[in-house]
Amino acid sequence: MARLSVNIGSLQLKNPVLTASGTFGYGEEFADFVDLSRLGGFVVKGTTLHSREGNDYPRMAETPSGMLNAVGLQNKGVGYFIDNIYPRIKDCGSEIIVNVSGASPADYVAVAERLAPLQGIRAIELNISCPNVKQGGMAFGTTCAGAASVVSAVRRAWEKTLIVKLSPNVTDIVEIARAAEDEGADSVSLINTLMGMAVDVERRRPMLSTITGGLSGPAVRPVAVRMVWQVAKAVKIPVIGLGGITCGRDALEFLMAGATAVQIGTANFLDPAATMRVIDEIEDYCTRHKISDIREIIGII
Amino acid sequence: MKICTDFRLTESRHLSPVYGLLTLQSEKPLPEIHAGQFAQVRADGSKTTFLRRPISICSADPETRTIRLLIRRAGDGTAALLDTPVGHLINIMLPLGRPFDIPATDSATDRPLLIGGGVGVAPLLFLGREMRQAGLNPEFLIGARSASDLLLLDEFKALGDVNITTDDGSLGHRGVVTAHPRLQRPVSHIFCCGPAPMMKAVAAAAAKLGASCQVSLENMMACGIGACLCCVEKTVRGNVCVCTEGPVFNINQLTWLD
Repeated sequence: MARLSVNIGSLQLKNPVLTASGTFGYGEEFADFVDLSRLGGFVVKGTTLHSREGNDYPRMAETPSGMLNAVGLQNKGVGYFIDNIYPRIKDCGSEIIVNVSGASPADYVAVAERLAPLQGIRAIELNISCPNVKQGGMAFGTTCAGAASVVSAVRRAWEKTLIVKLSPNVTDIVEIARAAEDEGADSVSLINTLMGMAVDVERRRPMLSTITGGLSGPAVRPVAVRMVWQVAKAVKIPVIGLGGITCGRDALEFLMAGATAVQIGTANFLDPAATMRVIDEIEDYCTRHKISDIREIIGII
Repeated sequence: MKICTDFRLTESRHLSPVYGLLTLQSEKPLPEIHAGQFAQVRADGSKTTFLRRPISICSADPETRTIRLLIRRAGDGTAALLDTPVGHLINIMLPLGRPFDIPATDSATDRPLLIGGGVGVAPLLFLGREMRQAGLNPEFLIGARSASDLLLLDEFKALGDVNITTDDGSLGHRGVVTAHPRLQRPVSHIFCCGPAPMMKAVAAAAAKLGASCQVSLENMMACGIGACLCCVEKTVRGNVCVCTEGPVFNINQLTWLD
């Protein structure tokens, strides 16, 4: 069997398969379908300093080979996570990465400081790319200065592995990735959702309460693979690739394009055991192609 | 315990141009399933359908490992399910969500009233059967556009008295369910599943009668297991997922009557 282990910052993942924030709850929702301990890790739902109700319904629209969402970071806040959710999941046998969001650099720092004492949380992913919130979110991820302000502030408060999740809704994602790297990020993950919109023509209304939302699913995959390839060529830190991965073949596309690890997102909605299948299929591929270490094929393009 | 597995389509009954009833047999043993819970059904036959379709479970028989799903031809996904040839496999995740809460007792003068319309009658048939097994005597009030849209009436009649309304007066009382005389008389427990305007009208009628009222919502969903947070409904506790906190809600948890 091939060695699948990869490193992201100081994290050693048993395999390169993670889940994408907001698509896998807190892991436990999938316990009937997934052996959580087999995952390289999972990224929990976007967490903010205070609880958020999110946007009004409707928040979702099905689109060709994908979906739009406008959830708007609904969560019960970092305190609730620490007191109620973390104790239930901390011994799941897999790396737990907390996705952190905020309306100001100080918010991100405050959440990171609250999470820092938790031994079972060895990495956070900064969400500077959410298209569905009015304040903060993507605003920080669309300029180099915005990204730098959040990353540098959090870097001072967080010693463990720091991943920065990038928005594809920019002119040049490479610039933003470089800004994150320059401020000390250990890794960048990309892509967050692409801003999109759908209209219900019968009712002459937008499909989402927020009018626009974030597109995910296989529809975005070629865009994501291209951006991962561009960023991986430009930065020295490991890149985590995501966007429409549904199977092992899709994940391998990202790995060959330069991703050290991948995240499975929307596919969890279609097949709750998608992550297990992706791991199995990567293993099968390695066996068929006589690959002894997954790192042999990372970034070969 | 939830399962996600292939079911073999063993029977596909055409009920009307719009409705069909699928009988499906699981490859795995069925977990415990109760009335009000739903299934997430993959529509592999439709190229334009990306997400699973949440469908209320109409009946479940653990001995034969079969379930029945009542499906309305609403779009490409449901059409593909209804057009699936018998013998083919359909991938289904179930049981999802919280079931109806069944009252402990009833009496000859105070029977639970199950009110449904359209495809919303599916969980009520299951609920009626569970109530009979629990020793209760449910009564039904079913609304439809026309007599030909009334589904599975024989099965309802086998479980209890059935009151009917149709928009065109072709069977039962003409008009909507809330105009039926049955809702002029006292009742303690109402269970409702149907189109949202109907459920809202029934909830308002229940409040006037002082009856408890449970409704089953069908908000648009992606995951069905509380991960995506797309199907939320506003409640007295804030936004909650219909797929995990519902689909059945006591009306006193919702903000409809505020």
